[in-house]
Amino acid sequence: MLTRSDPHLTVANIARNSGGARVDLVLVADMVEPGGKVLDVGCGDGELLRLLAETRGVDGRGIELSREGVNECVAKGLAVIQGDADTDLADYPDDAFDYVILSQTLQATRHPRVVLEHMLRIGRRAIVSFPNFGHWRVRLQLLFAGHMPQTDILPYSWYDTPNIHHCTIKDFRQLCTAIGVEMERAVALNAWGSPLRLNAPWWFWNLFGEQAVFLLSRKS
Amino acid sequence: MTEVNVSTRQATPREADAPRDSLLVRYGADKPLKLDAGVELSPFQIAYKTYGTLNTARSNAVLVCHALTGDQHVASEHPLTGKAGWWETMVGPGKPIDTERYFVICPNVIGACMGTTGPSSTNPATGKPWGLDFPVVTVRDMVRAQAMLLDHLGVDTLFAVAGGSMGGMQVLEWAASYPQRVFAALPIACATKHSAQNIAFHEVGRQAVMADPEWRGGRYLLEGTNPRRGLAVARMGAHITYLSDAALHRKFGRKFQDRDNPTFSFDADFEVESYLRHQGISFVERFDANSYLYLTRAMDYFDLAADSGGVLANSFKGTPTRFCVISFTSDWLFPTSDSRAIVHALNAASARVSFAEIVTDKGHDAFLLDEPELFAIVRGFLDGAGRARGLGK
Repeated sequence: MLTRSDPHLTVANIARNSGGARVDLVLVADMVEPGGKVLDVGCGDGELLRLLAETRGVDGRGIELSREGVNECVAKGLAVIQGDADTDLADYPDDAFDYVILSQTLQATRHPRVVLEHMLRIGRRAIVSFPNFGHWRVRLQLLFAGHMPQTDILPYSWYDTPNIHHCTIKDFRQLCTAIGVEMERAVALNAWGSPLRLNAPWWFWNLFGEQAVFLLSRKS
Repeated sequence: MTEVNVSTRQATPREADAPRDSLLVRYGADKPLKLDAGVELSPFQIAYKTYGTLNTARSNAVLVCHALTGDQHVASEHPLTGKAGWWETMVGPGKPIDTERYFVICPNVIGACMGTTGPSSTNPATGKPWGLDFPVVTVRDMVRAQAMLLDHLGVDTLFAVAGGSMGGMQVLEWAASYPQRVFAALPIACATKHSAQNIAFHEVGRQAVMADPEWRGGRYLLEGTNPRRGLAVARMGAHITYLSDAALHRKFGRKFQDRDNPTFSFDADFEVESYLRHQGISFVERFDANSYLYLTRAMDYFDLAADSGGVLANSFKGTPTRFCVISFTSDWLFPTSDSRAIVHALNAASARVSFAEIVTDKGHDAFLLDEPELFAIVRGFLDGAGRARGLGK
């Protein structure tokens, strides 16, 4: 269970489906074709890796910053190493994975752009999920209350948050364009964990999506 | 732990030729061991122990590699000291390396003194102990001999190879030399090469042995002497490197040994002195001084990358083996950075690797001690590998 007291977790209280799995993780898993080779960057306690192994039959590996998370994963039989998205992705060779996943971690990296570029170097595809800082509740807090926003999924104070590079859905799309990445699929979830209408315009997603999941690939 | 008397109970040279409570395989002139030194060792023998049962598919064998001063008695009473096996916390029924599921093989390494051919064994050419005529051996030679043992036992592929320290070096050598024979590898508290600092510590130990007049140029077995003091000093020095400042402080601090005031002499006033003396003296009862020279040398020479053109990742290129690398926060002999170098090389080779660092103040020795997190990780890793190997559970 994600709680605020876990210092290594970047988000909290994400909606769960009836089976108990986090909705965003189920969405991520749905984007992965069965049987592939997957690297989960910032894999936490291994919930996504386990989900991927059980439902998609993938060969999964993980990197996790917190020692507790790593040791828990290894004890579960998952192939996880202690490491840092900002420094350790450089060691992996090109095309080592079918998918590299960054789940709710992008905003906590030091160099999000470099991390994203590495992801699409080592993986043929990348899946990125992140909390949307353009969500109306975030905007209202800054606009009317005049303090740094705190929400269910972003519960930290400005001085103790691990999230140092917040972005909106619009920002993220601009980054993808800037580094020449193909956006194959995107899903935005509202605060109750339900996907927004696919035909809704981007500004609508940017305002009502609490988080987003993008499936990316290299421009061919 | 007061003044400890030198026990009269001592390993006779014959233990090296006819080990007690062990299995023995002898290789004749038709099966020499080719050594890195460019010579062939023949005839030679390997002493080993097994625990558990090899399944009909021959797929559940686990090779346990011992460290510098270890031996084949991994999970049963030591015939010389009467103490429990050196890794009974890890290996046994219901333990992480579960002898009810796995067939555990633990051989004594080449160059050692507990029944596998080494410098204290009888040289068949002369009928006398080898002494310094014994060829210098390497970690790869140890592994080559172990591969011959597996052939003898009819084990084509190991389910797992596990070991710490020098045992971990053998694990890495196994994965590099025989990738198709190793399904899972557990190198613990080790490195792909011995550091300058570690070579330096070993050199101090060797010099202590050789400075003992009873060493007699390595001919002490022939001349009926025993360089006990030199070997004990070597052990005392080495033992400090196996611990940590924090552990020494926690266990001993500046406490006096059975006295309230300093004696203003060079007695073992402090508990830590008495402890080290005990470590040194009990070690010489069971270990051969020349073996100590040979095995420390083997560790010094170990450099896996050098065998692959200096690029460590090439040692593991295309490896099918799954790895679980483990280090300990307070291990300054084989620090976490050494394990991280292994992990980086394995990542660069796209190997399936897990890596965990365990928080402890027990230093390098932590791999031999009661570390619940270590046990949970080894168990979890082997369970996962076992499922992939079709071993059930």
